[in-house]
Amino acid sequence: MLKDITLGQYYPADSAVHRLDPRTKILLTVLFIVAVFMVHTLAGYAIILGFVYLASRLSNVPFKLLMRGVKPLRFIIVLTFLLNLFFSTGETMLISWGFLKISAEGLTQAIHYSLRLVFLVVGTSLLTLTTAPVVLCDGLEVLLSPLKKVHFPAHELAMIMTIALRFIPTLLEETDKIMKAQTARGADFETGNPIQRAKAMVPLLVPLFVSAFRRAGDLAMAMESRCYHGGENRTRLRVLKMTKADFIAILIVLGLIGVIVLEGVLLGGVLL
Amino acid sequence: MPIEIKNLTHTYSAGSAFQATAIRDVSLTINDGEFVAIVGHTGSGKSTLVQHLNGLLKPTSGQILVDGEDLNAEGTNRRAIRQKVGLVFQYPEYQLFEETVARDIAFGPKNQGLNPDEIDARVRRAMEHVHLRYDKYAERSPFDLSGGQMRRVAIAGVLAMAPKVLVLDEPTAGLDPMGRDRILDMVRELHDKEGTTIVMVSHSMDDVARLCDRMVVMAKGSVAAIGTPGEIFRQAEMMQSIGLGVPEARSLCIKLQEQGVDVPDNLYTPEQVYDFILSKWKELNKPC
Amino acid sequence: MNDRTQILVDHVSYSYDGGETIVLDDVSLDIKAGEFVAVLGHNGCGKSTLAKLLNGLYVPTKGSVHVCGMDTADDDLVLPIRQRAGMIFQNPDNQIVASIVKEDVAFGLENLGIPTEEMLPRIESALNSVGMIQFADSAPHLLSGGQKQRVAIAGIIAMQPNIIIADESTSMLDPTGRKDVLDTVKMLNRQKGITVVWITHFMEEAAQADRIVVMNEGKIVANGTPGDVFHDVEKMRAIHLDVPHMADLSHRLRKAGMPLPESILTVDEMAKEVAALLCPSK
Repeated sequence: MLKDITLGQYYPADSAVHRLDPRTKILLTVLFIVAVFMVHTLAGYAIILGFVYLASRLSNVPFKLLMRGVKPLRFIIVLTFLLNLFFSTGETMLISWGFLKISAEGLTQAIHYSLRLVFLVVGTSLLTLTTAPVVLCDGLEVLLSPLKKVHFPAHELAMIMTIALRFIPTLLEETDKIMKAQTARGADFETGNPIQRAKAMVPLLVPLFVSAFRRAGDLAMAMESRCYHGGENRTRLRVLKMTKADFIAILIVLGLIGVIVLEGVLLGGVLL
Repeated sequence: MPIEIKNLTHTYSAGSAFQATAIRDVSLTINDGEFVAIVGHTGSGKSTLVQHLNGLLKPTSGQILVDGEDLNAEGTNRRAIRQKVGLVFQYPEYQLFEETVARDIAFGPKNQGLNPDEIDARVRRAMEHVHLRYDKYAERSPFDLSGGQMRRVAIAGVLAMAPKVLVLDEPTAGLDPMGRDRILDMVRELHDKEGTTIVMVSHSMDDVARLCDRMVVMAKGSVAAIGTPGEIFRQAEMMQSIGLGVPEARSLCIKLQEQGVDVPDNLYTPEQVYDFILSKWKELNKPC
Repeated sequence: MNDRTQILVDHVSYSYDGGETIVLDDVSLDIKAGEFVAVLGHNGCGKSTLAKLLNGLYVPTKGSVHVCGMDTADDDLVLPIRQRAGMIFQNPDNQIVASIVKEDVAFGLENLGIPTEEMLPRIESALNSVGMIQFADSAPHLLSGGQKQRVAIAGIIAMQPNIIIADESTSMLDPTGRKDVLDTVKMLNRQKGITVVWITHFMEEAAQADRIVVMNEGKIVANGTPGDVFHDVEKMRAIHLDVPHMADLSHRLRKAGMPLPESILTVDEMAKEVAALLCPSK
């Protein structure tokens, strides 16, 4: 299960997509989501799917890996489908057995919502698979920095994310170690009812929090001693630079939106 | 309660791209009441080996027999064996979690299902073993203690389960000389007075020379040598080539031999070398 | 104080809880440019507090600390002081900020506002000087403890400091890592003339310094060469510190009547002296 989560996982490869500026890729993801939400026909979804396939080829990320990101969310997607199918009101009844009513509008909405969810996950997965988390942080920091004028802590937020990324593997290792140590003292994390299991987590969570706080204190001191004084007058090792490829990529996705709109107009908003 | 390790191999993440064999075909017996030291570099497989002794890790192949019972066979009560073999991890103070010292130490016995009186008796005895006075420390928060004291509370938490075998993975790591001596004295007492079998992973050849009955030298996941400290430290070249070296007392003997002094090969503690040098010197300076 | 004084600790006391807990009590110390000074003491003797006073992480309650002529109590001088007196800490994991080695080395440079084009050459030369250049693009959590500490040293070196303060930076490492880190710092001291303040509780490490400052209960109780400091075996024992095995052995043999010199610290020195006594023919 854990290995299926592609959201937030980087797939290291050298590709045109990997080399794009993170800001561009964030923008592209937003534009892609806009495109998905403008689709009104099944043909439109086919176009989107085709685009996703091409993007995965261009980025050297296996298409299967990309689609696997949907797997952990399959229950939510099926639930979305069923809820919309049974609980949307509509004029044209397709089936009506007692309380079970399915309308054409409900079916349409169910298909829309679940497919949107699928492509939302796929789109953001593509972003995180092709962009190293630290680079993504940098991109977000720059994109959010205009908000500094209204006292939005863009630098601090990016720094927090960078540090979180750095310490995730350390804390995972530590969790494993504490779990083993408590198991050696007879702790049982695997059996019992949900309440017992939740209680069994205390000997794991308390040491983990204590350690996280100690690490935070140490790190704060280490950062201070290395002249850290917030985001002011700070230079960066990695400077983000837009190239021709970035503009071309944006044009392509804008083109996708154009195609979707055109196709919607031509087919007159008929879903099936 | 002997522990027999037969042809133990352990491979991490077997079958994945990160596959790594940590120990390979290790065989070794730990006898009742022994003090066994396991020495080796970081990454030599020491920690992996000791985590097999109470079933925390399962062998990829091979067997662990505790008191003749296969630890990983179907139907073995692993929890019962875990109580007989206490395992103290590196930096064990990082596993403390309770509000008071006494309650933290009681965690293990409580999991064993003992009644409150027994638990209390166990806690008191364990605190005595680690030289922490019950009336002074029982009700204090473990997080207010010094590093060395916290570590002793953590060790008491394992001792309170009344193990027959105590396994310690680098119990003195990160401590200053005073903290180190306290822990080592305590381990020695447990061995000498209580008859507890001790398995201790250590980086310090000097500590090992002083304390253990038998040494297991690990290198690259295999056992490079097993024997008494005398037998092992006699093979100074082997120990140097593994990069572990020998106690300074033994190095001195080797240097003296190089300079033409007739020194026997079986000296490795400062006391032995002191006695030897002094008697030799007195012999030479005997009034005629 | 003379021209070569780089760190001047002048009658410094440090306490917290409104003066109730006194950590340092009237400590004075003078460290010259290029010196390798070890500060030895057991946990809680105040040596870590002293370290943190030397680059303005703490400010003295009484007295003053000057680093390269700058008063650490002056808020405006905090950055230049920290740039000149870099510090590495005990836990290798808790001082690495970035998820890639070279980006971590860049952290201090970014804070100082060094232009981007100047950073890469500085990072490369810093990683080279600690022997970690081949790990420039690695993730720090995959490195050993000793390697992480060397990355931390590179992070300091990139800032071109005059002084490195190591606050028990080897106490969590295995013997190999400990040796690598100490050798790296010794080499930087010799080749680049960087002043080193090496805080430790390992006497083997202190024995390799030019000078040892021994601390106990917030005070300096000894200050001299390793030979001077360690020959007082009883005093060191009384404050729960180790002495080198050979110093101890020669001390005991001397007490038993053997005419051995007081300055013995190493196996080689001991072997030479003992051999001379046991083979008088040679």
